Amino acid sequence: MTTTLKPATAAREASHQPGPLALALRQGRLELTQFLRSRESVVFTMGFPIIMILIFAAVFDGEIAPGVSFPQYFITGMIAAGLMTVSFQNLGIWIPIERDRGVLKRYRGTPMPKWVYFAGKVIMVVVVGITETALLIAVSVAVFDLQLPGTAAKWLTFGWVSVLGITACTLCGIAISSLARTARSGSAVVTPVALILQFTSGVFFVFTQLPSWMQQVAALFPLKWMCQGLRSVFLPDTFAGQEPGGSYELGRVALVLAAWCVIGLLLCLGTFRWTTRRDG
Amino acid sequence: MENELAIVARGLRKAYGENTAVAEVDLEVRRGEVFALLGPNGAGKTTTVEILEGYRRRDAGEVSVLGSDPATPAANWRNRIGIVLQGVGEFDELSVSEVVHHFAGFYADADDPEKVIARVGLAGKSRARTHTLSGGQKRRLDVALGIIGRPELLFLDEPTTGFDPEARREFWQLIRDLAAAGTTIVLTTHYLDEAEALADRVGVIASGRLIEVAAPEHLGNRQQAHATVSWRTPEGLTESAESATPTELVTELAARFGGEVPGLTVTRPTLEDIYLQMIGHR
Repeated sequence: MTTTLKPATAAREASHQPGPLALALRQGRLELTQFLRSRESVVFTMGFPIIMILIFAAVFDGEIAPGVSFPQYFITGMIAAGLMTVSFQNLGIWIPIERDRGVLKRYRGTPMPKWVYFAGKVIMVVVVGITETALLIAVSVAVFDLQLPGTAAKWLTFGWVSVLGITACTLCGIAISSLARTARSGSAVVTPVALILQFTSGVFFVFTQLPSWMQQVAALFPLKWMCQGLRSVFLPDTFAGQEPGGSYELGRVALVLAAWCVIGLLLCLGTFRWTTRRDG
Repeated sequence: MENELAIVARGLRKAYGENTAVAEVDLEVRRGEVFALLGPNGAGKTTTVEILEGYRRRDAGEVSVLGSDPATPAANWRNRIGIVLQGVGEFDELSVSEVVHHFAGFYADADDPEKVIARVGLAGKSRARTHTLSGGQKRRLDVALGIIGRPELLFLDEPTTGFDPEARREFWQLIRDLAAAGTTIVLTTHYLDEAEALADRVGVIASGRLIEVAAPEHLGNRQQAHATVSWRTPEGLTESAESATPTELVTELAARFGGEVPGLTVTRPTLEDIYLQMIGHR
């Protein structure tokens, strides 16, 4: 305790403060470090879609349409559900825990701009989402000979559907995190929502085999459109005739996902809480 | 020229539904002083401090903290204040060094993280994951995060709860060092000895009101309080008398006993006696 203390002064130069990009990247690195060090979340998030597709491939080994194997169909649902897990479920469960532990309160007491917290989450979600999807596709190619998209246009579609989808799910995950009153209730809020959407959006069943009222309800939410957009990437163009609308409706996919980005953003801005209710 | 007052609050009021947490608080904290807010649980200490820190909105009153209203602070305001929260281990997966370095990056003029870690006595734990720290060590990390930005004004909410006596002494020295370097310090505490040891002035808060502000030695007119003189009578009974002039009484007793007074004690009320009397009257 013999360190000499520099006197606190009123005049401060702001030159040492990192710029916005550096702040966001530092926060993203911190979030990723924390994520990678909690082994359960890594195993669950990365492993779940892979285990699911392996189970599906083992159970259904026929063809859904000429030249389209069941795994080729279900990989689209697994990719979409995987993206939803790393964004929507991950944030909907973790942010209430961080809020409860006072992480958010701690950040609010520093000069850190509010948006940096969200930027850190987005960076973490994107990196984990890309890694998880790449692993899922690699395993699928190796194990049951998944056919990769053959044209640049399809890869492009893959890109924008994923980006729009993960953005919408991230924003909705941040928004829904404010519904949980305590650290424990985050997963109770998020898990049923995610499961119901997965069952009704064509992740676990062939979408067109669901009752039509269920299809219509699912069409209100982003997951169904993410699956549909990804089907256009992984299934042949001839399969488009089997879609509910008679085509992959990529324009509508973009529109609905973009709309959910806007809705999610508005919900975040309007409802996000930095402290728990008992903190006032 | 900077204002001489770090904090000015007038008519501060905050209610949660029917429950009035802060009824009417007027408060002034001078630059460079150590100010302790003393009060029982539920008296309104934390609510008052959290309004000053910008965490809570007030219902009424005027507040200025380092020249800014904490509800709508100037851009640079958070760079100039430090807050020591009662953390519960929020960054389990990170090491002490990683957390302190990360928070240093938020401030325009942060201190050297390794120096700060050493100053709070965590040098040996720098590489340890925070979930392996003891309760007292976690509080030291909280303090490190509070002072990493080299604040002009530092808030500490019950900073030594859970410390062993030696750790408390070290902590007090740290506070004195910070105060000596010109940092204004506002701390809330349950511990009277802590307020007495550290504070230039103590504010006693009870039922949402600031009932007295004074230097610890003047609190409740402690210096003017009557002393209690006790002695043993030849029959073996203890007798005592309150006196404004205890020396006179003792001289008189000495004469009566012809020298040594058996079992003689002269006491003045402790800060604790005064404090309990003050909050007991509310």
